[in-house]
Amino acid sequence: MGMTHIVDRRLNGKNKSAVNRERFLRRYRHHIKRAVSDAVQKRSITDIERGEKVSIPSRDIEEPIFHHGQGGKREVVHPGNKEFVAGDTIPKPEGGGGQGSGQGQASPDGEGMDEFAFQITQEEFLDFLFDDLELPNLARKKLKDTEAFKYIRSGFSTEGVPAKLDVVRSLRGAHARRLGLGGARKKKIRDLEKQLEALKSAPEDLDPAFSHEDQIQVLEEEIARLKANVRRIPFIDEIDLRYRQHVKKPQPATSAVMFCLMDVSGSMTQMHKDIAKRFFILLYLFLKKNYKKIEVVFIRHHTSAKEVDEEEFFYSRETGGTIVSSALKLMHKIIESRYSPAEWNIYAAQASDGDNWNDDSPVCGKILADNILPLVQYFAYVEITPQDHQMLWYEYEKIQERFPQSFALQQIADPGEIYPVFRQLFERKAA
Amino acid sequence: MTNLMDRPNLPKSDQPRAREPISTGSEWTFELIQKYDDEIAKCAAEFGLDTYPNQIEVISAEQMMDAYSSVGMPVGYHHWSFGKQFLSTSKGYQRGQMGLAYEIVINSNPCIAYLMEENTLPMQALVIAHASYGHNSFFKGNYLFRTWTDASAIIDYLVFARHYVAECEERYGVDAVEEILDSCHALMNYGVDRYKRPAPISASEEVRRQKEREEYQQRRINDLWRTIPKLDEDDDPVRRRKRYPEEPQENILYFIEKNAPLLETWQREIIRIVRKLGQYFYPQRQTQVMNEGWATFWHYTLLHRMYDKGLVTDGFMLEFLQSHSAVVYQPPFNSPWYSGINPYTLGFSIFTDLRRICENPTDEDREWFPDIAGSDWLETLHFAMKNFKDESFIQQFLSPKVMRDLKLFAIQNDDQEDVYRVTAIHDEPGYRDLREKLARQYNLSYREPNIQVWNVDVRGDRSLTLRHIPVDRVPLGKETDEVLRHVHRLWGFDVHLESVDDGTVVEDHHCPPREVEED
Repeated sequence: MGMTHIVDRRLNGKNKSAVNRERFLRRYRHHIKRAVSDAVQKRSITDIERGEKVSIPSRDIEEPIFHHGQGGKREVVHPGNKEFVAGDTIPKPEGGGGQGSGQGQASPDGEGMDEFAFQITQEEFLDFLFDDLELPNLARKKLKDTEAFKYIRSGFSTEGVPAKLDVVRSLRGAHARRLGLGGARKKKIRDLEKQLEALKSAPEDLDPAFSHEDQIQVLEEEIARLKANVRRIPFIDEIDLRYRQHVKKPQPATSAVMFCLMDVSGSMTQMHKDIAKRFFILLYLFLKKNYKKIEVVFIRHHTSAKEVDEEEFFYSRETGGTIVSSALKLMHKIIESRYSPAEWNIYAAQASDGDNWNDDSPVCGKILADNILPLVQYFAYVEITPQDHQMLWYEYEKIQERFPQSFALQQIADPGEIYPVFRQLFERKAA
Repeated sequence: MTNLMDRPNLPKSDQPRAREPISTGSEWTFELIQKYDDEIAKCAAEFGLDTYPNQIEVISAEQMMDAYSSVGMPVGYHHWSFGKQFLSTSKGYQRGQMGLAYEIVINSNPCIAYLMEENTLPMQALVIAHASYGHNSFFKGNYLFRTWTDASAIIDYLVFARHYVAECEERYGVDAVEEILDSCHALMNYGVDRYKRPAPISASEEVRRQKEREEYQQRRINDLWRTIPKLDEDDDPVRRRKRYPEEPQENILYFIEKNAPLLETWQREIIRIVRKLGQYFYPQRQTQVMNEGWATFWHYTLLHRMYDKGLVTDGFMLEFLQSHSAVVYQPPFNSPWYSGINPYTLGFSIFTDLRRICENPTDEDREWFPDIAGSDWLETLHFAMKNFKDESFIQQFLSPKVMRDLKLFAIQNDDQEDVYRVTAIHDEPGYRDLREKLARQYNLSYREPNIQVWNVDVRGDRSLTLRHIPVDRVPLGKETDEVLRHVHRLWGFDVHLESVDDGTVVEDHHCPPREVEED
């Protein structure tokens, strides 16, 4: 008795298992990577930042121990006998594989039992995605944290540092308090003073027994007492003090629009498009950390360009030739009609397998240099092909020499090569 | 179960029921927990429960999941398997498939019990009675715990283990440490000398010195590996036939720790850590029915005593009894919820019936338990708690009445027959047989394959041979080859496993696997 020690542990050490969880994810990273990669294909590029359910076949995560197998002779005691008596026999179920142990492992409802399913968090999801893209740590950090903060006012608090004292608010509070505490007394004083006045001005009663003298004295004393009370109400008290309260709010600048341009001519396979999608996702995540509001415009093109929704952008198939300039022209038109550069930060990402109608490439260069690059923050081009470059690439190389700050291009064959395109972008923003 | 619930509770209330309950609401506060604990402690003292000092820690559901996933160790080293445990616990909990245990209690001095903040006050009282007085007195009193674990040292040891493992990870890499731990975990149940009688803990100092000597010898045995064999020795057929070790060794982890030729010191130390943990959990694996039964018996008895004293309300008792009956519910064998015998039910039933046998013996009891029938129930229950493990406890104390109440029956499944046979039921000719069969079910060596170190080819290829002795022809399971791979990783040379039934090898496994010889 009295030996018991009661401790409130609720506030300390919540995530004791965090490291073990991390160890688990580390061990099964291949499974998780696959799940993340599948999820990336299924999700919209504006819907990347959430967790994902991952399933691992149970046999892959088993911890083996020595145990007994099927067979031999065993006896088991069970509860709840109803009709059995000693010596009863029960036929074994048919089938179940020769030996007929009747305790077959197959689960009747199929897969469920054989899967170990769990949820990874948004943060873990991004980590695996970035692994896929071979993002360096600095870039990851930039994408995951919103490190730019702004203090914004958020009402008042009763505690704070003197520098944050709001004088007007505090004095108003003090005034209210004085009224609250002193008002009734002051009214009483006024009433009493009126009575006093009345008594003083009234003609003196002849009968000394009714003399006003005593009453006047009582009133005067009462008034003096009340006045002293009122005087004792402090002009400003600690409870009147109000401090301006500020909270840290992430500070993404204003608005951005992201143009996704993609060649959908017959030569672009689904694999090309999946790589392009990762490229667009990365740009989107980057923009999201820097801007409060982002709009995404999808423009696809073969010989002519069209503004489409995301579904159509990634998954509908087209055939035919390629005229890249059609997309650039459309982009320019959309900027002019909807996204004034004064209000919008404009980013563009273009993905293509490099095919273009040869005569068109100089046109592209010209539109970019004259019409688009002066308006946009950044234009990134990825050529998804392991083959030799064609006209468009050489044209774009010239553009990069002229606009090293706002134009980048990269040839990629797998998702790991996407990041270099962004390096320049990150470096620029970090500066 | 109702017959267990409405039995009037003793000792008889010697004072009139002054209905002055400690509290009436269901919200708990720290002051109320303190008050309830004080009163429960008083009741426990009336019944002579001897406990370690208690430490009650209130934690959140998330922390409970943390505690869960470290298999009840308050401090643990890091390992992916605990992460896996955590993920499946939290998944089950979030989906509402599974409630969390009301409590976790650690066999340590002071005895640490976790209470979840979500619990209502009656639940907290139940848990305190169950864990802090029931389990606690079991830890302190039962001979297996007394001999195999040192309650005052376990926390320090766990802290040491955690630091040591972390240090190794830093020095040798997470992967290298994880590999060793994986392999050790596979053999964790084979890290105890189960058939040897452990030395009494009072002679711990002596044991320690003895251990040191033993270890010194073990090191010298390692010299075995460095000695260049002399030719004439090898030619001596007697010497060649002599096995090493001379006697089969059941503690496989210990044998590997001391004899594996290639392990580095830190790897041996990690084996030792897992071995020690295996030893710490060993008594728990052997006393589940008794331990839970004892704790359940005492939460039931202590809270009824509180009620008799007028310290708790009718509403409190209703809520408590509802939880209690959920805990001791035993679904019948043909229920979709059936998953074997509920240890809480079995243990609680035996202890409850033991008390009845002492207090209100029938003729049947006098015949079956001549020494116990009519004896002092408290003394008898304490004797049973202290000196048995599940197997012997059931063998000794399972009464015909409990077998009838639970309607126990035994089914035999012989792979050489086309039918299952009902071999015994809860009737006069069946009682003894049934009791023996149920007791055997809790015998660890019946539940786990009996595998021992048989031989090391000291002068040859250094291969390690393990020997499995099957019981009733039950073969080894599907994971055997997997486990053998872990043994191979630790041992560093070829590993063989033979099942030897009646002198003939009936099954064999090898790592690396043997080439299948073609005819």
